[in-house]
Amino acid sequence: MTGIVAQNVGRTSGLIKSAGGGGGVWTKIKEITASSDSDISFVDGTDDVVLDSTYPIYVFKFINLHPSNDDVKIGFQGSTDTGSSYGVTLTSTVFLAYHDESDSGTALTQSTTRDEAQSSSFQDIIDDLGNDNDQSASGELWLFSPSSTTYVKHWVSTIQIYNSGNNSVIFKTGGYFNTTSAIDAIQFKCTEGSGGAGNIDAGKIKLYGLGDS
Amino acid sequence: MSGIIAQNSGRHTGLVKASSGGGGVWNLIKTYTASSDSDLSFVDGTDGVDFTAYDEFVFKFSDIHPSNASTRFSFNGSIDAGSNYNVTKTTTMFIAGHIEDDSDALLTYQTGDDLAQSTSFQDLAAYGESETANDGCLAGTLHLFGLSDTTFVKHFIARTNYMAAGGPYSVDSYTAGYFNTTSAIDAIQFKFSSNNIDAGTISLYGIS
Repeated sequence: MTGIVAQNVGRTSGLIKSAGGGGGVWTKIKEITASSDSDISFVDGTDDVVLDSTYPIYVFKFINLHPSNDDVKIGFQGSTDTGSSYGVTLTSTVFLAYHDESDSGTALTQSTTRDEAQSSSFQDIIDDLGNDNDQSASGELWLFSPSSTTYVKHWVSTIQIYNSGNNSVIFKTGGYFNTTSAIDAIQFKCTEGSGGAGNIDAGKIKLYGLGDS
Repeated sequence: MSGIIAQNSGRHTGLVKASSGGGGVWNLIKTYTASSDSDLSFVDGTDGVDFTAYDEFVFKFSDIHPSNASTRFSFNGSIDAGSNYNVTKTTTMFIAGHIEDDSDALLTYQTGDDLAQSTSFQDLAAYGESETANDGCLAGTLHLFGLSDTTFVKHFIARTNYMAAGGPYSVDSYTAGYFNTTSAIDAIQFKFSSNNIDAGTISLYGIS
């Protein structure tokens, strides 16, 4: 490459050479930094958020989510009415592995108390998160074809947690929104905790779209 | 938008407007190719590595092949730019395995390979030692979050698949945990528990 294209390689503003190979690019759509928020929502058409047929796959990345309260669950739900309500019927599985810092307990187990069966509740993707100053959770959630009006909408998540009992926990969920309506908004919030659900005090949630053309 | 930028919206050839969100790109930072190396280290400030530049880093492992039997692929972090690799960690590890002759299959937590507040290297391949047959190797990914943060611990999530000795087995290995430090992690080292990394590549990406 020569000229201005070469000069702009790696830039995040101005003109750049488009990705070769016909796409497959991760496009960062939106980044939200939590600051004592009761919830964080990504709504199609609001604040530059795209959550429609533009991309077949969407990925949320969680960087050091930190709650105001201790022993907190953080869940997510979808909306079919651009965020007016979050209560789509879903069925899910949850399994996790944990190991405590004192080496006294480990497990790899399916959690039948944290999964959902045709429920409109928020699906927990983080459990027992601690609120010590250095405690947090990081990971990702993949959402497939949310705009489809033919199929249900699958997701998978993997999140690593420093929990309130000083355990390292890898928490995995998978499931589907059991609707053929398009999902056009996603909300995250603390659903339960010691002394109440509380807020997401700190951390980042980033939304990416994965292109296929 | 107007003019050629608008005309090129959504295109994947020619000139387009850069992402206003500042990326979304897997930025390849550095690839090391092993050649009978005792270890491969990625050190902040060396060879273009900058562990402060992104919230998430991903290592990709391809064709990692040990020089000798009875050894396991592992990693550790450093908070002193690679002078020492001994950061305290608490981790989990579980695997799914299947032997080539179809006589055994398993899904199990690996209590002998996790760590509890340990400064040891963390295995990324736990069920038996890596197979040293010429075609035996390991592939996978390691995600690390917020390495330069000085408030929170540093979480990581890894998944590898490798050919394990004793069968051989195909082993799908899941490792996760945190460096239990609020100091910035500024170097990551990979090595086998004994002997050398005979061949293979490790690539470091930053996710913007």
